[in-house]
Amino acid sequence: MRSYYGRQILKTPVWRHDIPAYLFSGGLAAGSALLAAGADLTGRPALRRSGRLTALGAVGTSAYLLIHDLGRPARFHHMLRVVKPTSPMSMGSWILAAFGPAAAVAAASEVTGVAAGLGRVAGLAAAGVAPALATYTAVLLADTAVPSWHEAYPELPFAFAGGALASAAGAGLLGAGVFGAAAGEVGPARRFALTGVAMELAALRRLHTRLGVAGEPYETGSAGRLLRASRALTATGVAGAVLGRSRMVSALSGVALLAASALTRFGIFAAGVSSTKDPRYTVVPQRERLAARSPSADDERERLAARSPSADDERERLAARSPSADDERDAIGAGREQLADDRITRDLPGDQQPA
Amino acid sequence: MERMGFFTDTSVCIGCKACEVACKEWNAVPADGLNLLGMSFDNTGQLDANNWRHVAFVEQSRGDDLRWLMSSDVCKHCTHAACLDVCPTGSLVRTQFGTVVVQEDICNGCGYCIPACPYGVIDQRPGDGRAWKCTLCYDRIGDGLMPACATACPTESIQYGPLDELRERAARRVERLHASGVPEARLYGHDPADGVGGDGAFFLLLDEPEVYGLPPDPVVTTRDLPKMWRRAGIAALAMAAAAVASFAGGAR
Repeated sequence: MRSYYGRQILKTPVWRHDIPAYLFSGGLAAGSALLAAGADLTGRPALRRSGRLTALGAVGTSAYLLIHDLGRPARFHHMLRVVKPTSPMSMGSWILAAFGPAAAVAAASEVTGVAAGLGRVAGLAAAGVAPALATYTAVLLADTAVPSWHEAYPELPFAFAGGALASAAGAGLLGAGVFGAAAGEVGPARRFALTGVAMELAALRRLHTRLGVAGEPYETGSAGRLLRASRALTATGVAGAVLGRSRMVSALSGVALLAASALTRFGIFAAGVSSTKDPRYTVVPQRERLAARSPSADDERERLAARSPSADDERERLAARSPSADDERDAIGAGREQLADDRITRDLPGDQQPA
Repeated sequence: MERMGFFTDTSVCIGCKACEVACKEWNAVPADGLNLLGMSFDNTGQLDANNWRHVAFVEQSRGDDLRWLMSSDVCKHCTHAACLDVCPTGSLVRTQFGTVVVQEDICNGCGYCIPACPYGVIDQRPGDGRAWKCTLCYDRIGDGLMPACATACPTESIQYGPLDELRERAARRVERLHASGVPEARLYGHDPADGVGGDGAFFLLLDEPEVYGLPPDPVVTTRDLPKMWRRAGIAALAMAAAAVASFAGGAR
């Protein structure tokens, strides 16, 4: 593969750790809102309380992270100047603008104990927006030129939705312990963990097998390490969540699930970042695409590549054969002299102008 | 208004970097230090927030022979511009000249345009936080002036004008080069049928695009956006269904 001194073609995202952290916190908020709404409707007060508080805490954290990452944080409200479906970030801003207040009302009602009816409506509204909140972030990453994100667009939303369910399950198992859930209350959280993990792992598995060159960054370097650690923690967490019956095992499984989901987000983020730093991930898939489109053009390319790189005889032959190129060079030279003359003329004081 | 653009004919570029200097002067783009990159006579390195023209300098050698390729790179002002599509604030706009410009009083530095650009052009300015790139001298062309880089170019390697005219001129130039024994001459970014709908700033190159640090087949990322939203929608429904099923399963 050829390149410009091995330099990267794309720009590396300027997003800091705030953004992968937000991918996690946004998913956690979404999953928790769903868990809280279900718990509310099926009479599981401790799970509901845990879910509502987690949802508010996580969406509040999300807002902080997103504003903190801006180059001009004081202009955060410019996000709400336009509604723009071609910009997943614009869509996400509106999703957050709908989710945040609903989650806040539900949590406020939970804490104060007033307006339980309003709390339920707000909680259901937040749950209604939650699946969009959990999955739009996948489009946010995929809708870039970053090879390892863009190529992964069919799988990322499922990985993020699954991760959101699993992390909410983790927080639910942890919170159920804190708020003293009754024995039968945490069943749905266990099933959130199981289905969420299944969804996430299946999506990432498919991503690994399907992606080709752009899939490499998911297996190497820091992204590979993060995703391997995440898989180990996921296995531990889901086993503990499903099999563990003691409160302590449940809580520890919850912590493992939360950590695993966070590591996955950081891993996916890191994979994209590293795919921008090597021109290979930009050039190779594009060359393959071009070759598939017109194989004959590819042959032509190789023929040119074989003959164009400055072989002595080649150059001389071309020079001898094309006096017009030399003429052109002379013409340019003359043009430059003319320009230089113009410049001298301009610089001279009036009385020294050449006649 | 007619769509205006650049045709950069790298076959006559002499690597003088007058375009880089003129651009910085006119647009008051800050200096970004004396960085000796140690790879060639190019110490600018890339287009970024503080370099809106970048002269690539390629040294190719085989045996004792050496060939220099020089090319002044710039924002492509794509027909289908990913930076503009993904900008969540509406800061990036399409002008009456068909160019793509950042409104610096609107940009909040979210950084989305930066990984969206398939050419790696637009970038965040350190210490400022906002995204910056070539404006095709929006403040000059509105007054009938040429952009600063094209004005400064001593060899007319950088040509400014109505895009249709430039495309015709470029096609003739390639024909002439082919006829005079430069078979490797080819246009880049001239084709309205390419992945970005054609560039408002296109090039005549003497080698493959990647040799100059350009992507060989750039595609605007938003071309796949409807499919992306569809996949996200299905995933969102799956998530909601999983949640409902988790509660429908009874106690335990």
